[in-house]
Amino acid sequence: MTEKPKLGVYICHCGINIAATVDVEEVTEYAQSLPNVVVARNYSYMCSDPGQLLIKNDIKEHGLNRVVVASCSPRMHEPTFRKALQEVGLNPYYLEMANIREQGSWVHEDREAATAKAKTLVAAAVAKVRLLEPLTSREVDAEPAALVIGAGIAGIQAALDIADAGFKVYLVEKSPSVGGRMAQLDKTFPTLDCSACILTPKMVDAANHPNIELLAYSEVEEVGGFVGNFDVKVRKKARYVDVSKCTGCGDCAKECRLANRFPNEFDEGLGKRSAIYLPFPQAVPAKYTIDPEKCLFLTRGRCGKSPKCVDACRAEAIDFEQKDEIVTFKVGAIVVATGFDVFDPAKKPEYGYTDYPNVITGLEMERLVSASGPTGGDIVVHNGEEEITPKEIAFIQCVGSRDQSVGNEYCSRVCCMYTAKQAHLIKDKIPDATVKVYYMDVRAFGKGFEEFYDRVRREGIRYVRGNPSEIFKRGNKLVVKVEDTLTATPLEDEFDLVVLAVGLEPRSDDRKIIDLLRLSQSPDRFFLEAHPKLRPVDTASDGVFLAGCCQGPKDIPDTVAQAKGAAASALIPLARGKVAIDAQVAEVIEDTCRGCGFCVSICPYTAIELVTINRMGHSVEVARVNEALCKGCGSCSAGCLSNSIQPRSFRDRQILPQIAALGGIR
Amino acid sequence: MRGMKMTTENQTFAEKFDLLGCIQCGRCTGGCPVTVRTNLNVRRFVYDAYNEDLLDELSRMAEIWDCTGCHTCAVRCPKGLKPLEVLIGLRSLVVESGKTQPTVRDALESTFMEGNPWEKPRATRGDWMEGLDVKIAQPDQSVENLFFVCCTIAYDPRVKIVAQNMVRLLEKAGVDYAFLGEDESCCGSEVFTLGEDGLFEMIVEDNTELLNEYQAKRIVALSPHCFTTFKTHYPDLNKPVLHYTQLLAELLEQEKLVFKNGLAKKIVFHDPCYLGKQSGVFDEPRRLLKAIEGVELVEFNRARERSLCCEGGGGKMWVESESKIERLAETRIKDARALEADIVAVACPFCVLTLEDAVKALGYEEEMRVAEIMELLGELDGAQDKSNSA
Ligand SMILES: Cc1cc2nc3c(=O)[nH]c(=O)nc-3n(C[C@H](O)[C@H](O)[C@H](O)COP(=O)(O)OP(=O)(O)OC[C@H]3O[C@@H](n4cnc5c(N)ncnc54)[C@H](O)[C@@H]3O)c2cc1C
Ligand code: SF4
Ligand code: SF4
Repeated sequence: MTEKPKLGVYICHCGINIAATVDVEEVTEYAQSLPNVVVARNYSYMCSDPGQLLIKNDIKEHGLNRVVVASCSPRMHEPTFRKALQEVGLNPYYLEMANIREQGSWVHEDREAATAKAKTLVAAAVAKVRLLEPLTSREVDAEPAALVIGAGIAGIQAALDIADAGFKVYLVEKSPSVGGRMAQLDKTFPTLDCSACILTPKMVDAANHPNIELLAYSEVEEVGGFVGNFDVKVRKKARYVDVSKCTGCGDCAKECRLANRFPNEFDEGLGKRSAIYLPFPQAVPAKYTIDPEKCLFLTRGRCGKSPKCVDACRAEAIDFEQKDEIVTFKVGAIVVATGFDVFDPAKKPEYGYTDYPNVITGLEMERLVSASGPTGGDIVVHNGEEEITPKEIAFIQCVGSRDQSVGNEYCSRVCCMYTAKQAHLIKDKIPDATVKVYYMDVRAFGKGFEEFYDRVRREGIRYVRGNPSEIFKRGNKLVVKVEDTLTATPLEDEFDLVVLAVGLEPRSDDRKIIDLLRLSQSPDRFFLEAHPKLRPVDTASDGVFLAGCCQGPKDIPDTVAQAKGAAASALIPLARGKVAIDAQVAEVIEDTCRGCGFCVSICPYTAIELVTINRMGHSVEVARVNEALCKGCGSCSAGCLSNSIQPRSFRDRQILPQIAALGGIR
Repeated sequence: MRGMKMTTENQTFAEKFDLLGCIQCGRCTGGCPVTVRTNLNVRRFVYDAYNEDLLDELSRMAEIWDCTGCHTCAVRCPKGLKPLEVLIGLRSLVVESGKTQPTVRDALESTFMEGNPWEKPRATRGDWMEGLDVKIAQPDQSVENLFFVCCTIAYDPRVKIVAQNMVRLLEKAGVDYAFLGEDESCCGSEVFTLGEDGLFEMIVEDNTELLNEYQAKRIVALSPHCFTTFKTHYPDLNKPVLHYTQLLAELLEQEKLVFKNGLAKKIVFHDPCYLGKQSGVFDEPRRLLKAIEGVELVEFNRARERSLCCEGGGGKMWVESESKIERLAETRIKDARALEADIVAVACPFCVLTLEDAVKALGYEEEMRVAEIMELLGELDGAQDKSNSA
């Protein structure tokens, strides 16, 4: 170090967050006594404009060349103070923060001890800051395109917004059609608009948008690179149908030797489909797909004399030779919109879902009331003996939600309202039906929700406060065993149909996406956002954003709002055309590196590779860090046997004195 | 008695039973099987017990003794509470004050003095073995399966056949086994539900010490009550515990269990609460019954997780029920009759006793019988000594 270090130390009160437990005056006095400290001050909110001004003025006035801020975790305000330094011409990396809030006042009660600890933390920061070196962050070009994974309403909306802003979007959907769960819904609460009427136009827009390349029936296989420069590999699964020829006429499905033999996933198994199928009439793309696990020709090599679909197709679109196709491309940002699964009520055997055909899920109810559903919208169920139009109908709320016994402690947020909606729709179709809703709390928190709940009750839906414990059969009736908790009366009420308001769960196949994009999960197992309040669509992986129910249960309005937020965030690197690369990354000392490659195997971000260099006439292998991928986590540094790889600002010579100071050694 | 008052001194009732975790959803009372015939509303106790001033009054309410310990409330509670333990906590207050019914008092005293609640001498615990050559466990000899008989099976003339047939079966199948003999002492299951927590704590300590001493791979319990009590209330036990149906299902799989004869009967299996609901053992007993040639196994509508309690547990053997409404065991037997079952098979000594009473009360002795699975297996081999069954 050429210049003599001149330090300013700034102790923040954080209102009373810190000052109530830490004696800030005492810490300031102490800081003033430390070597090289020119000024030490305390202030109510260092992060505020006047607080920053204090630092800036001191830098100018006293010629400070190092700054310590003792306040909160660097996570939030390190960028704030770096910017302040930079504004007055000081290298922004000449800053060190001492976290006396999260590591101090918030976790201690004893004022004396907390003050002593704050002093130690300040001394440690002072010890380190003197040894910091100036760093510069770089910028690299960002690819002006985005990948959106999942084409439910969240993915469709995000793709449309990014595409409308003028950027290319690759929209990858796993199933044969876009639309997601919303396509399965009949009407939507609280306004009762028809789901298909508002969704179908968006599905078509997404498929036809000049900036959107729709990759349906496809899955992302690999994602490499980093924000601004992701390399993506997608597998387009073989449909065994030439989509350029298929007209969607459906002759093949009618003629299929296995016509209407298999439960139709879209109808939740209530309807049937053939081995070649269109998931639902409004599917986009409107192209048929052969189910490779069901098709006779694909599983056994023959289907009668010749496959019936081939004979039936006038467009000659059937192609059993078709293979999976691999597509690769580059994008600057990624939106994850993979949605949810509904809770499987078989996990609550007390409700007899697997035993009784007239115990159904809310999603099955959606298909049952839908005019495009398997019964054409007639509500008929089998009670084990015969098909009936149910006259006594029960809804059970919170099935698989708010329930530790199945590991789902969260509220699924949509079931109260979809139950109210379905109860209304049933009453509409079967006016003489008795409809009861068994609930423990009704959560009608959204815009127009309470009003909708009021309306439905007054239409004659009976709300009974008690969460049923069991369903069994007596004669041809289902018996719901429940307590009316408001009158403390245990009841055994009889019904023809029970609808279980199943909650929302993370998808069972989420693991793959988690591994692919290094996502984290919150305790509820949904994908974790970077900050629960201030970065709700970001993830810990830069350039990867979340939209819709993959992040947590939500209704359509919230899903769309979040999708628009994720699109706006994804657009930032695309619109700027550049992304900044952090300067505090690992650096290899090539002279001492032995090229053993241990760090390569340790790095969780695959940021290190071995390269060959010329060392005094010999070619030798050494490690090299891809600075754009490195997160500066330091794992490599801890593993390196020759101390040849160290993160900048966290080099041994910088942190060892800091650690010594923590131990009381100056 | 040592540790008469053990309720963790500095814990309030509300803390001990997590009463503030309750959201008053009603699933506990909704599922409680006895609500159809008694006034018990366990949810209300969870609610009211939060008020310390009410505890005394609550403990004097007769219905706290109606709980059968079936645990349905605990299994169904979405917040992880064990509502029945609130009732047991209230029973504890009664036991502590010394105002228990004489029958309960005697059962507890007998457990303390004689190691069984049936007021039988400790010295006769091994009498069921008479005429059989039973291997007795020695602490220094290793053995694969260490059997735990259960007080009821050991002393009750109606169900001791369970243990006797087990010995015959083990010998025939060449299983490495040993019984504890007269060293065995009550597992404390009923002491726990009757609310004598000081005695229960002592039993757990003594039994843990005793059982840990043996070099056995695992413990095999004949009664689901001992089985579940070991599993849930003996944290320091150093070996796994099985129910005998699990062991036999294992033998069946290894083809070590062969039945000489068949049994051309329609059988319905009644899931004991302590075996099914509480410990998740549903398939093994059914597998055994299905393996018998000629058996037609039918199912109750309320089977497995929805099985209807027979009211045998929770200390109910010592507390007379006041209710004049049909007993659940009778409901169960009527259901079995409607299924035209010849045999109601069970895997629990208490269920045998309650359900058999119901058959008698309903006058169905001609049409059907209640049998422990071990009884049936014994009959298949002609190994059963008829004189032994009462
Ligand atoms: C019974 C029921 C009724 C409801 N009723 C209403 C209502 O009336 N009003 C309302 O506002 N909300 C309602 N909802 C909520 C609504 O369904 C959701 O808010 C909405 O569907 C969320 O959309 P999404 O795009 O996040 O997820 P999804 O709809 O689940 O879409 C996710 C998409 O991603 C695809 N995908 C998943 N994994 C991958 C992968 N690895 N690669 C590629 N693609 C993948 C899926 O195939 C799917 O197409 C209801 C929910 C249920 C269960
Ligand atoms: S089931 Fe649990 S949460 Fe619900 S009322 Fe009973 S104790 Fe409370
Ligand atoms: S254990 Fe059984 S009988 Fe006792 S309160 Fe709970 S559900 Fe009712």
